[in-house]
Parts: sequence; C-alpha cells; structure tokens
Amino acid sequence: MGAEFLLQGATIKRLLVGLGVTLRISLVSVALSIPFGVLMGVLFTRKNRMLQVVLRAYLNFIRVMPQLVLLYVVFFGSATTLGLNFSGEVASIIVFTLWGAAELGDLVRAALESIPRSQYDSSYVLGLTQRQTFLRVILPQALSRLLPPSVNLVTRIVKTTSLCMLIGVVEVVRVGQQIIDYYRFDYPQGALWTYATLALLYFCICWPLSMLSKWLEGRNTR
Amino acid sequence: MSDRTRASIPANSTSAPTAQSSAPLSGRQPVLELRNVTKRFGPLTVLDGIDLSVAQGEVVVLVGPSGCGKSTLLRCTVGLEQIDGGEVLLDGEVVSGRERTQQDRSRMGMVFQSYDLFPNMSVIDNVTLAPTIVRGQSQKDAREKAKALLARVGLADRADARPSTLSGGQQQRVAICRALAMEPEVLLLDEVTAALDPEMVHEVLQVVLELADDGLTMLIVTHEMSFAQAIADRVVMLDAGHIVEEGGPEFFTNPKTERAKAFLRTFEFHRSGRDS
Repeated sequence: MGAEFLLQGATIKRLLVGLGVTLRISLVSVALSIPFGVLMGVLFTRKNRMLQVVLRAYLNFIRVMPQLVLLYVVFFGSATTLGLNFSGEVASIIVFTLWGAAELGDLVRAALESIPRSQYDSSYVLGLTQRQTFLRVILPQALSRLLPPSVNLVTRIVKTTSLCMLIGVVEVVRVGQQIIDYYRFDYPQGALWTYATLALLYFCICWPLSMLSKWLEGRNTR
Repeated sequence: MSDRTRASIPANSTSAPTAQSSAPLSGRQPVLELRNVTKRFGPLTVLDGIDLSVAQGEVVVLVGPSGCGKSTLLRCTVGLEQIDGGEVLLDGEVVSGRERTQQDRSRMGMVFQSYDLFPNMSVIDNVTLAPTIVRGQSQKDAREKAKALLARVGLADRADARPSTLSGGQQQRVAICRALAMEPEVLLLDEVTAALDPEMVHEVLQVVLELADDGLTMLIVTHEMSFAQAIADRVVMLDAGHIVEEGGPEFFTNPKTERAKAFLRTFEFHRSGRDS
C-alpha cells in the first residue's frame, strides 16, 4: 500500500521520540506559565494604573506577535544582541512561557473579575480576612471557571510547538519530515502517510484535552 | 399577627414604646447606635445625619421608598460603606472611622437580598466556614451547631446539598443560618424577600418572626408591610436620607406625617368607581 515504511526500522520509535520533545516543550512551558500567569492575573485585578498599563502592553504585544516571530527574536536576537546562545528547545520554552503566561494571566483576570462583588461583601460581614476571603471563597470559584479555557490554551500550545522546528528543534513534525526525506525514493507516497500519522498523534494528545475541557465546562454549569 | 407574644423579652410587657420615643425600649443600653451618620455618593447626600439606636432584643424595621437610603444605612452600619460623618457604636464602642477588625465585623450579622451563599461549598460548609476560620471553633462543634440551626429552619436534610440545588427561599434560610452561626449581637436584614417568588416569602419571614420571638436584636429593611407590622417593636421611616417618622407598630395604622401617609397609600389599591 506504500505505507509499510512506517513499520520499518526505527520509524515509529523516532516519531515517538519527536512527540516526546513536543510534549516536553509544551509541558515545561505550561508548568512555568501557571505561576507567572496566576501572578499576572492577580496583579491585573489590583486597581493600580501603572501596573494595568504595563500588563496590558505586555499582553497586547504577545498577542499581536506571530509566535514564529517571537521564536526568531528569542533564538537569533538574543544570540546576536545579548550574546546568549540558547538551544532551540530552551528558546522555545521561553517563548511559549511568555505566551502562555500572558494568555493565562488574562484568563485568571477574567475569572477573578467574574466573581460577583456580593461574595466579597458576604465574606466581609462574616469577619473573614481578605486572605481568607481570597483563598476560601474567591479562588475556588475562579478556579472552576478558569479550568476549561486553560485546558484549551494547553491544546493551542501543543499544536503551536510545531513551529519550533523552524529554529532547529527536532520535534515530532520535524522528525516526520526527516522520515519523508529518507524514504522519498522508495516510497513516493510516503509524505501523505507520514502526515496522516502526525495528524493522528496530535489528535491523540489534543482530543482528550478537548474532551476534558468540555467535561469541566459541563460540570460548572450544573 | 401583630399581637405576638414575646415572653422572652421583658421590655415588651412594659407597654409598647410610644410614638414619640426616639429612644430605644425603656432606656436600656443600646446594642447598636448610629449618631449623626452622614453618607455621600459624590454630590448626592444619601444619609443626612441619621440618629438611630437599637436596644437589646429590640426589632427595628426601616421602611421608606426605593432609593431613600435604607440599604445604604445597613451597609454603613456593618462597614461595607465608609461613612462621611457621624459614628456607629456597638455596645457603646465606636466601630466606625477605622478599618473594622474581624471581631467588629463578626459581631454584626447581615443577610442580603440575593442570599449570596458561597456556591463552591455545601450548605453546611457555608454555615461552618466563619465559625471555624474566624472564631477557631472545631469542625465538630461548628457542624453540630450548624446542624441545629439548619434543623431550626427546616433544612436539616439539605445539609450536604449544593446551594445551587436549593430554591430561593431555602437558600435565604441557609443565609440566615450562616449569619446566626456567628452568634451576632445584632442581625441586619436587607430586603431578604425581595428576590423571592411570592410563595417563598412566607417561609423566610416565618423564620425571622421566630428569631424575634427568641429575643434576637434585629434591624430590618423590608417592603413587606404586613410582615413589618407584625414584627416591629419600632418602625423608622426614611425618606431622602432623613428619618421622617419613628414610632411603634401603630405607624402602619395611624401614621402622623403626610409623607408617611402618602408612602403607606402606595401599598393600597383602589378601583375608581367602587366604594373602598
């Protein structure tokens, strides 16, 4: 059928190693984004003018920049102007953390602001401190509203890491291209089969996440 | 309805307070006192020099047209709004004009129009939260007390339910338990039935009437006039930030000022061409 090469040699194993790199970049970036994003979201809700301007500028800057440009800026820019030679993987993690923290920060802000004023009032008259109010009343409610969109953000990050191959990271899509090149003459139809396999791999990662997000959302509205 | 027996409150047996008395029941030390309280929102003076005191075991009902400052008065009393003049005293001690301590705040209970239970907790956790983390009661003691309170309002079997699965009337009864769990010296009720369907109003007001019978000190804002008449030891009518009339429950049958008469008429309905 022309797809036998997928089962030959180390093809599957190499794809899985590539997928491992994809997941490593994604997971490390997400793990770093969480503390920074939560901090940013909490700072967003402080009514401090300066802070608002700075955070808003950061968020908008990250949003308007294509991720690819950010990757180039961090990978090549830091090497030429700052003399910092990041590996492709480290540069990728920096970019996806900058992006993830910005987006998550905005989600945290929205979740915190969606908690009605009256929840604070009720806590106040019961004698709770601001800290107790935040930890026991506001945060748990914000968290359950925050989870579904956050899981969606993770799937976006996973998919976007495919751009990392353009700064030399050998993640799953790059591995796929190497395989296509290797089998180009023996299996002219190889490209199609390889990309189909890549699609399947991404699907296996993102679809469960998508379902998780949906389930979390359903749980909220009950 | 208006001749409730209030056996636990001796003051009630010494004849109802007279219409003129702006002093609380028979000269006892007021639990709650507002002296010349003024509140402004921008150019608008919402409360203009309010003097009001509530004695131990007394039930004071605040009435008045919408926007007259009733809710603001309650919010200023508990410290949710800063006042611009005057002072609020609790047991003779000034609590306004500074950041209120946890202690200050938990001595006054307040129940809101929209119940505002914590949706992330079960009914019983709503009730035990403040006693455990503010008062430091053990989980076990707090739960026992909470169960007793819930049983009292007829919701013992809903202790582990989520607030969102309860009706409005049930949620409001839980909110009352949540406030009572802190054993407040005075309970403030801000239009607690205004958001409820008519058939649920009664179950909530019945609970409040029972609290009054038990001698709880309360300051109540309500638009339910028959309830107000039944529960009030004293009625205070507010209009445009001023107290326009103050008196016993006879306020409802025999108001003195034109303003009060006009206000009470808004609750009556007559069809022209028919004898009333």
